[in-house]
Amino acid sequence: MALNLYDCEIESRFLLGTARYPSPTILKSAIKAAGVEVVTVSLRRESLGLSGEAKATGQNFWSLISQSGARILPNTAGCHSVKEAVTTAQMAREVMGTNWIKLEVISDDVALNPDVFGLVDAARILIEEGFNVFPYTTADLGVGERLVRAGCKVLMPWAAPIGSGQGLSDRNALQAYRQHFASVPLIIDAGIGRPSQASEAMEMGFDAVLLNSAVSRAGDPVLMAQAFAQAIEAGHAAYKACPIEPYQGAMPSSPLMGRADLS
Amino acid sequence: MSKQFEGRPRSIGVIGGGVAGLVTALSLKAAGFNVHLYEKNTQLGEETCSWFAGGMIAPWCERDGADDMVRDRGVEALTWWAEHCETISQNGSLVLSAARDRSEVIRFSRLTQEHISVGEREINDLESALSGRFQEGLFYPREAHIDPRIALPELERRFLKAGGEVTRGQEVIADDLLEEVIVDCRGLSARRELKTLRGVRGEMIRIHSSEVSFSRPIRLLHPRQPVYVVPRGNGILMVGATSIESDCHAPVTVRSAYELLEAVQRLHPALGEASIIEMSAGVRPALPNNIPNVEQRGRIIYANGLYRHGFLLSPWCARQIVELLQGAKGTVV
Repeated sequence: MALNLYDCEIESRFLLGTARYPSPTILKSAIKAAGVEVVTVSLRRESLGLSGEAKATGQNFWSLISQSGARILPNTAGCHSVKEAVTTAQMAREVMGTNWIKLEVISDDVALNPDVFGLVDAARILIEEGFNVFPYTTADLGVGERLVRAGCKVLMPWAAPIGSGQGLSDRNALQAYRQHFASVPLIIDAGIGRPSQASEAMEMGFDAVLLNSAVSRAGDPVLMAQAFAQAIEAGHAAYKACPIEPYQGAMPSSPLMGRADLS
Repeated sequence: MSKQFEGRPRSIGVIGGGVAGLVTALSLKAAGFNVHLYEKNTQLGEETCSWFAGGMIAPWCERDGADDMVRDRGVEALTWWAEHCETISQNGSLVLSAARDRSEVIRFSRLTQEHISVGEREINDLESALSGRFQEGLFYPREAHIDPRIALPELERRFLKAGGEVTRGQEVIADDLLEEVIVDCRGLSARRELKTLRGVRGEMIRIHSSEVSFSRPIRLLHPRQPVYVVPRGNGILMVGATSIESDCHAPVTVRSAYELLEAVQRLHPALGEASIIEMSAGVRPALPNNIPNVEQRGRIIYANGLYRHGFLLSPWCARQIVELLQGAKGTVV
């Protein structure tokens, strides 16, 4: 079954960031090879090239991303205040023509952890303005509740700090998060370094995984994107297939009854 | 689009006096062609992004964040520059990270080849200024570096001495030129003809330190703000470089300056006392795959998209053009 994000059916459960690839061509190949349908794009100075002559000739990073055919999820990466995040979201809506926004309000430049208070405030403002907000948050249940009450129909808890590649650093919290928000689409956002970690998140029942550095900074980003696509699909299938629980001790897989008596 | 030239051209015009144009003009001259180089600026280096380049001939280090092709096509630059630039320094390059960013060195070593792992003692032997500051790094003994502001004038002098002609201060159009074959090395100015060309802004800072000096380029890895420092002699260090998807030519931004200067102090705190002698921004021409391309359309050959690798990949580009015009290869696509 497809993933439903703000009434939009998405087949691929792998959402990809667009920063720090060796080239736009490699980014495009990664999107294609992994069958990614949603890409997140930052509106910061590094990302779009929408100034000067590029605007006139239309040849810039932004046009190259648009050509990929993927749905664009603009983000407010690097915003430190509610005002900055709201303004960036408004600009993104105008430039990229979508009311989707991955909302990041960053508390600390080193840890890049979400400022959850600012996040809830910004989410409230943007939802009132008609945005579909995808909040980058921690695995805190109370904050998740506030975001849902503000009108968020998707939650994106982190697995670990942005770019750290640590994987699921607090499994119990994420497990509790999944159980608590049973009917809200949950996307693991940030901290994933390897396909096995993405797979684990999907096995836990998360609906999708969003990542960037693990692919863009890999030695072969296109191959790594494919590896993630497979791992995410496998993890999701495993969740649906209802895996067995670990058991203390051995359990024979062949029945013991009816064996030939060779004594 | 790719058709054979009929016989060996009698005359060749090269448009653009950046590193691509100069290396191409000189290579064609050396292959025995009559070559005329046209550059719209009066002064060498003006409005040319090559002037602000690091000048690192580092095919292996550049594999980080680039394609294998950059490495494979870049290796020949080591010989080319050794033959055409007297002031080349062949001291290798050094890649370091702070202890807490060790994972970056591991990642870098996996991605690149031709390196030797070095510990504190070897680092101290290579760069005594860094004594005791770094415990782990990678040394690329085969890599080299040049100073673009010495190398480019030298190329022009060699070209003139070999009998090449140079016209400066005049913007020319390929169709108006009388030479039989035109090589277009104009970089971003060719974006009307090369539709997929885009600009990637780069910013650099030159500092002068009387306390700290290095013998080779040093790359300080960092998950967010990597930086490189290239020694220019007489206490001058070039600190670079940002890479921003923008074709804005405006002066260096506060943020970029802050990031570069903050990073350089991580390499050595004494560099905090260095004087800033220049901050400059340039816009590099790039194709969607960030790899240069040589393309023939009728009598015009376009060599463009050298991106961050002008000095590394110009010799390869020039060789493609020479071979094309000698009929050695016949066609290029």
